[in-house]
Amino acid sequence: MARMKFLCDAERCIECNACVVACKNENSVPWGVNRRRVVVLDDGVPGEKSISVACMHCTDAPCAAVCPVDCFYTTEDGIVLHDKDLCIGCGYCFYACPFGAPQYPQKEAFGVRGKMDKCTFCAGGPPADNSDAEYKKYGRNRIAEGKLPLCAEFCSTKALLGGDGDMIADIYRKRVLKRGGRPQTWGWETAYKAS
Amino acid sequence: MSKAETPNRGRRARYRRIMFWFIAIIVFGAMALPMGSYVYTGIQQAQAQSVKDTNPRANYWRAVRDGQGGYSAVTGTSMEGEVVNTETSMLINNGGQNWRQVRNGLIANYGGWFLFLVLIAILLFFAKVGRVPVEHGLSGQKVQRWNAFERFVHWVTAISFIILAISGLSLLFGRAVLIPLMGYPGFAAYAGLAKGLHNFVGPWLFTPGVALMIILWIRHNIPNAEDIQWFTQGGGFVGKGKHPHAGRMNGGEKIWFWFICTVGVAAIVSGFFMDFPNWWSASREGMQLASVVHAITGILWIALWFGHAYLGTIGTEGSLEGMTTGRVDVNWAKQHHDRWYEEVQSTSHEQGRDATTEVRGQPA
Repeated sequence: MARMKFLCDAERCIECNACVVACKNENSVPWGVNRRRVVVLDDGVPGEKSISVACMHCTDAPCAAVCPVDCFYTTEDGIVLHDKDLCIGCGYCFYACPFGAPQYPQKEAFGVRGKMDKCTFCAGGPPADNSDAEYKKYGRNRIAEGKLPLCAEFCSTKALLGGDGDMIADIYRKRVLKRGGRPQTWGWETAYKAS
Repeated sequence: MSKAETPNRGRRARYRRIMFWFIAIIVFGAMALPMGSYVYTGIQQAQAQSVKDTNPRANYWRAVRDGQGGYSAVTGTSMEGEVVNTETSMLINNGGQNWRQVRNGLIANYGGWFLFLVLIAILLFFAKVGRVPVEHGLSGQKVQRWNAFERFVHWVTAISFIILAISGLSLLFGRAVLIPLMGYPGFAAYAGLAKGLHNFVGPWLFTPGVALMIILWIRHNIPNAEDIQWFTQGGGFVGKGKHPHAGRMNGGEKIWFWFICTVGVAAIVSGFFMDFPNWWSASREGMQLASVVHAITGILWIALWFGHAYLGTIGTEGSLEGMTTGRVDVNWAKQHHDRWYEEVQSTSHEQGRDATTEVRGQPA
């Protein structure tokens, strides 16, 4: 089986936020929740880098480890999904996740959170594939349709890659080899000092 | 002869001295100079290292890994639906892994074992000491110990505490203990209810109850010298000596009181912090800390409550009726709270009435 992964190539990402929009539209993500976001580092200064981030579908997922009702499960493709019918909105996955993936859509009285929502790698959830119930709770199940996550498919510079880890690693390795000798390479500053 | 030999001998001695110093300088030079080059290169290296650039690219991502944020056009929501930008602009939040390890490791493991061992210890204590009887038997004479309002506050708080303890422990240990029994949907339904109940009962019933009890009873809980004596005599449990003196509250009850005033208040404050994060836009780190404080203080509270509930029910004859009916047997009062009984008697004598009442139909 494939091990699904996301990889964002910070040398290519141009912060167009198309991945964010594509995700929101494809999955009908609730108001206030963005399953994916683009973070710009050193914004506006030389060396600025952008990187798109969402749920990383960890092998040893902290959210799954701390969930009191054990509502998370990992698919055969290594995608971390959760069951909103079990979720009690306790917020523990939010405390534990390093990437800020779990979010809570509702703002009810007394700070009640509602069901957690996060990136599904466009793989839906426990209900039958592409059923109405699945779409309403989790969004589109593109994986069941043989497609890849729309954020990655949508990426104009192909910075964001989503799919089988081996294939993504292969693509990225080829890119790094082609870029070889560029000033970012480690040790370049030592070998060719500007002054 | 002697005149010719003397300068000769003096010259030879000088030659020896010169030779010795030559050798010493050569040996020193032969050993020290190469060492000196080591020292020289060492200093050079140290200086070079201090000014040498570390790999800027690696440092860049290392900073991100350590929690360096950036800018995000995506305004996310905080956990409570408030629009914030600090949260979305972070790539990696490091606190979560620590929180996970503290909660799932330290608290869930040691906390569980701690509560279990406290229960075992109480059971062993009961098996060895048994129920502490009223020494001179029940007299049938009763004296008022807790008034109706005190009892009402106590039982509202007590029932709230039991609800909070069961629901709280369910959220911490339910995944390991209850899911195998109830199944996933069953436990999720129960846990949702438990969470809702915990979040409601805690602030609206339990907290006012605890606050009222602190206000009602603080003047009886000021520590005094007799409390030390009470502890050295093991509260009258250990050994068959005379029961130690005590006022309205004995040393053990004062410990329970001041435990609630400190650890208990910490549990309540951290609980409020987590229950109403939208009131003070709590940060992720704040919630993690509050959750750890709440779990630890909650477990300690439950452990000490085991002792409180044991002593108030099966551990001591005649204690429970004080909190249910409000009145205790006079002999119980003389045994456990002699100073308080004397005080009640003297004040009632001053007012010209009898504090005790005869209860008919009860064994004298």
